[in-house]
Amino acid sequence: MKTFWPRFLSNPRVFLGLVWLGLLLIVAITANQLAPIDPFAIVGRPMAAPSPEFWLGTDSLGRDVMAGLIHGTRATILIAVVATLIAVGFGTFVGAVAGYYGGLIDDILMRFTEFFQTIPSFLFAIVLIAVLTPSALNLIIAIATVSWPPIARVVRGEVLTVKSREFVQAAVLAGQGDAAILLKQVLPNTLSPLIVTGSLLIATAILVESALSFLGLGAPNVMSWGFMIGAGRSFLRQAWWLVTIPGVAILLTVLAINLIGEGLNDTLNPRLSDL
Amino acid sequence: MTDVALSIQDLQVALPAWSDRQRAVAGVSLDIRREEILCIVGESGSGKSMMGKAILGLLPGPHVRAVGGQILFEGRDLLKLSAEELRAIRGCRIAMIFQEPMTALNPLMRVGQQIEEVLELHTDMTQAQRRARVLELIRDVHLPEPERMVQSYPHQLSGGQRQRIVIAMALALEPALIIADEPTTALDVTTQAQILHLIKELQRAHGTAVLFITHDFGVVAEIADRVAVMRHGEVVEQGRVSDVLEAPEADYTKALVAAVPGLKPRVIEPDAKSKVLLRVTNLEKTYRTSTGWFGAKTREVQAVKNISLDLKRESSIALVGESGSGKSTLARCIIGLESVDGGVIELDGERISGRTRAELRPLRKHIQMVFQDPYASLNPRQRVGDIIALGPTLNGVSREQALEEARELLRLVGLKPDAVDRYPHEFSGGQRQRIGIARALAVKPKLIVADEPVSALDVSVQKQVLDLLNDLRKSFGLSLLFITHDLRVAATVCEEIAIMQRGEIVEHGPTADIFAAPTHPYTRSLFDAVPGRDWISSLG
Amino acid sequence: MSSGSLGGYIVRRLTQTLPVILGVVIVNFLLLQLAPGDLATVLAGEAGGAPKEYIDELRARFGQDQPVYIQLFYYMRNLLVLDLGFSFRLGAPVLDLLLDRLWPTLLLMVATLIVSLGLGIVMGLLAALWVRTWKDTVISVAAIIVYATPLFWVGLMLILVFSIRLNWFPTSGMEDVVAFHEGWDRVVDIAHHLVLPTVTLSLFYLALYARLMRASMLEQRGLDYVVTARAKGQSERKITTRHVFRNALLPVVTMAGVQTGGLLGGSVVLEAIFAWPGLGQLAFQSLFARDYNLLLGIFFLSAVLVVIVNLIVDVIYVFLDPRIRIG
Repeated sequence: MKTFWPRFLSNPRVFLGLVWLGLLLIVAITANQLAPIDPFAIVGRPMAAPSPEFWLGTDSLGRDVMAGLIHGTRATILIAVVATLIAVGFGTFVGAVAGYYGGLIDDILMRFTEFFQTIPSFLFAIVLIAVLTPSALNLIIAIATVSWPPIARVVRGEVLTVKSREFVQAAVLAGQGDAAILLKQVLPNTLSPLIVTGSLLIATAILVESALSFLGLGAPNVMSWGFMIGAGRSFLRQAWWLVTIPGVAILLTVLAINLIGEGLNDTLNPRLSDL
Repeated sequence: MTDVALSIQDLQVALPAWSDRQRAVAGVSLDIRREEILCIVGESGSGKSMMGKAILGLLPGPHVRAVGGQILFEGRDLLKLSAEELRAIRGCRIAMIFQEPMTALNPLMRVGQQIEEVLELHTDMTQAQRRARVLELIRDVHLPEPERMVQSYPHQLSGGQRQRIVIAMALALEPALIIADEPTTALDVTTQAQILHLIKELQRAHGTAVLFITHDFGVVAEIADRVAVMRHGEVVEQGRVSDVLEAPEADYTKALVAAVPGLKPRVIEPDAKSKVLLRVTNLEKTYRTSTGWFGAKTREVQAVKNISLDLKRESSIALVGESGSGKSTLARCIIGLESVDGGVIELDGERISGRTRAELRPLRKHIQMVFQDPYASLNPRQRVGDIIALGPTLNGVSREQALEEARELLRLVGLKPDAVDRYPHEFSGGQRQRIGIARALAVKPKLIVADEPVSALDVSVQKQVLDLLNDLRKSFGLSLLFITHDLRVAATVCEEIAIMQRGEIVEHGPTADIFAAPTHPYTRSLFDAVPGRDWISSLG
Repeated sequence: MSSGSLGGYIVRRLTQTLPVILGVVIVNFLLLQLAPGDLATVLAGEAGGAPKEYIDELRARFGQDQPVYIQLFYYMRNLLVLDLGFSFRLGAPVLDLLLDRLWPTLLLMVATLIVSLGLGIVMGLLAALWVRTWKDTVISVAAIIVYATPLFWVGLMLILVFSIRLNWFPTSGMEDVVAFHEGWDRVVDIAHHLVLPTVTLSLFYLALYARLMRASMLEQRGLDYVVTARAKGQSERKITTRHVFRNALLPVVTMAGVQTGGLLGGSVVLEAIFAWPGLGQLAFQSLFARDYNLLLGIFFLSAVLVVIVNLIVDVIYVFLDPRIRIG
């Protein structure tokens, strides 16, 4: 384990990803200091091109794009991370219980998971938010609801493998209870695939969040990158930067997370690395 | 030199920079003569497999590669050939048989087609001629129903059948040399005997030279004309098989031969106790695997059929059987990892079968287990001390005391007490197995169930672990239920033997009696299948 | 294996899909319960538009005065005879609206599937063959960037470049309705409109399949049977085409089946951007008209569509992998 960090950080892709994410994190935390104005405030003439006053120009209502981008960072990342954490928590619970207890419980839970995997998930998220009315909380609920099945499947598969290893039987023979075996013997050994899947899930969550916000199903009164693209969409002809800039932000962020996730995978499961 | 099929001279195979050795093969020189079987014998890490792969240029490059020496074959140095020239030799003049018949065949291609591929590559035969030749080959390796066999996919065949297909593939063009890399290691004993017999028969019939790589001196005795012993990438001794086996010269060879478990049955000691510790009566266990939704359909396998067995205090029984005989299921039922469908298991007169997991928990400490796989039996994320101390702490011993006892146990099994603070990956396979034994002893059990505890270990380590188990058994006054596929190991460890086949005990009695006069045909076939039987018996 | 039992296999897989359909119906019903207002008002289109008599009739038909499970029973009975209700917003039965919009979406999906799967497999194959050369790096880096790009943004960028600046392709719609093309001209016109939406929707999946195919090829190339083939004297090229390729294809086919749902989801965004007159656009419209019944009808039909595609993938799989037991 001690060789993890040097190997992980020596991967240039991971390093680039971490640099970008670190930057975003700083922006998200200091958003109010970096851009003290309300991102919804009208500060200039509509659709001004990038200039020294407004670095990234203004949108169709005269709002500062730079301020929107900065505040959008916070909303986008927060919603994606919280939704992912919920999905990982729920998915791990379902997968661990199904894999460990097996039998009928496994059957029921896995049919349940398969159901959520089969139905068109993005459409389901749309329907959920439409019915629940758009809000930050409902956005998180919808993203988490459609994100947990892969986690459940990964955890179940890992639990099944680990469970069949002999050290788990040894723990049974030592008289350890089921819950303790699951928590202390089995789950710690499923961590690396869980971390990899979970980190990649944040990227998916950002894509889903921005697509929902783009359609106008995002949290009202919260500036987010997807919302900015949706709002700028009708003015593609006149002000291309309204759409282009937030899109690049999404792209770079998702890319950074994917690079880090893959770096984690290469470091934690060095399988294909020396082919 | 005309009788030499292949000559290896000062072969050097480099390992990647980050491994603990520089060379997998360090200066090996060997001659393989025509019409002979040369066995390369060695333990894991001896470089024997790498040498075999180097001949055909099949090393897992780019980091592992031959960096020096010559491999002379039919007047050419194989190491200097172009890829094109080497391909013309592969499968045609030199063929190969692999260890894992389960993965050596393409799962999506019919086996007939996979054999035919060799003919397609190296001959101008018409399709009809190729088909006929494939059928002939399948007959040669004694597979049933050749017409149906060619149409089969690998997953439809048993391990032994697949290995026969691979052999047929190797034989297709009557090569001058066949390299067989542990071809029977993944097979059951009786299947192993058949495959060894087949290789020998075909080798004699076609006059092929065979380079046979193995870790098992029994196999060497069974099949080899000459033998070379490898260690750390070097040949430590080579010669005629009778010379090396009867009168080994190198110390390493002597140690290896001495470590081979003999077929000398252990006898019941005169002061043996007669009180029964474990009594199994009419035990039944059936596995039901459900397919389809919510177990709509079930498939049943009766793994244990009506088994009764008594194990006396401070004595031992070996359960011997091949894979699928139900020996492991029986053990898992006794130890309470598996519920039983019928019958009774009693320990010290107390019924232990049919209890819930919670009811069983207080009784767990009386029966402990030593597992097969030293790499899977220790939690990689826990310290050795915590692994050993788990049982005692759950039984109410304080952590400090449990760790103190763990240090003492580690000393007893021949490890340093400071191992408590280290993680399993810092230990070798044999050392891990010692840790596993220490864990089993930690709760002071009455009965130890050992499930193939040495089958994953090298032969020299095997002997050490078996000796340790034997010493501890005496000093702790333990009873032992020993599960193994290997009659030789069973004979050294246990004074009683039960032979299992298809879920039933077909023969049971004192080891000495069964060895003197096996009565059941299956027992006899197991004896016949022991590789190098005559030589092993002569070890005395 | 034997083709005789393939029919039986399909029937058995069909019966296994019934619970999924049933599940979707139940989820739909629960969502209707969650929506503001009672079932009848929701069904009639929340913000009014339906005559009061119709709402009263709906109340009676769905047993609003009866326990929830009876309501569920009524709801299921209606769905099972494909009575999906009436959209007062659009003044047509939901089923008619859906069937009308199904074909454009199917056309888009099939085009996307062919492009993304075909190109993705080829790209992945090439990257694996060129592994650790600059060509592999180019493909892999391109794939990982495309894989991170939001679909709707790609669509807008393509419109910006190819429609607005270059004027090569139309910005929206499925055909030029005022041109009244017929026959072959109409096919060409639709194909012309189809290019940008298909490219947009394909890019992400193309990247996904290319990455998967590359990884799968590399994994398979390390397996024992490849060493066996090499020991036979087979050339590396033939090993790839005869042995590795087909084995490596299996996870890609599985993934293509899994991604059908995602493809449909993507088409909502896509059709909203390109004004493609399919189910996705209808969903987008019903969303803002708060026509929940229509929205849930689309969801139901999409789920059925996914189930059917999964079934087709399963059948294809039987032919690709002899280890699948169908008997």
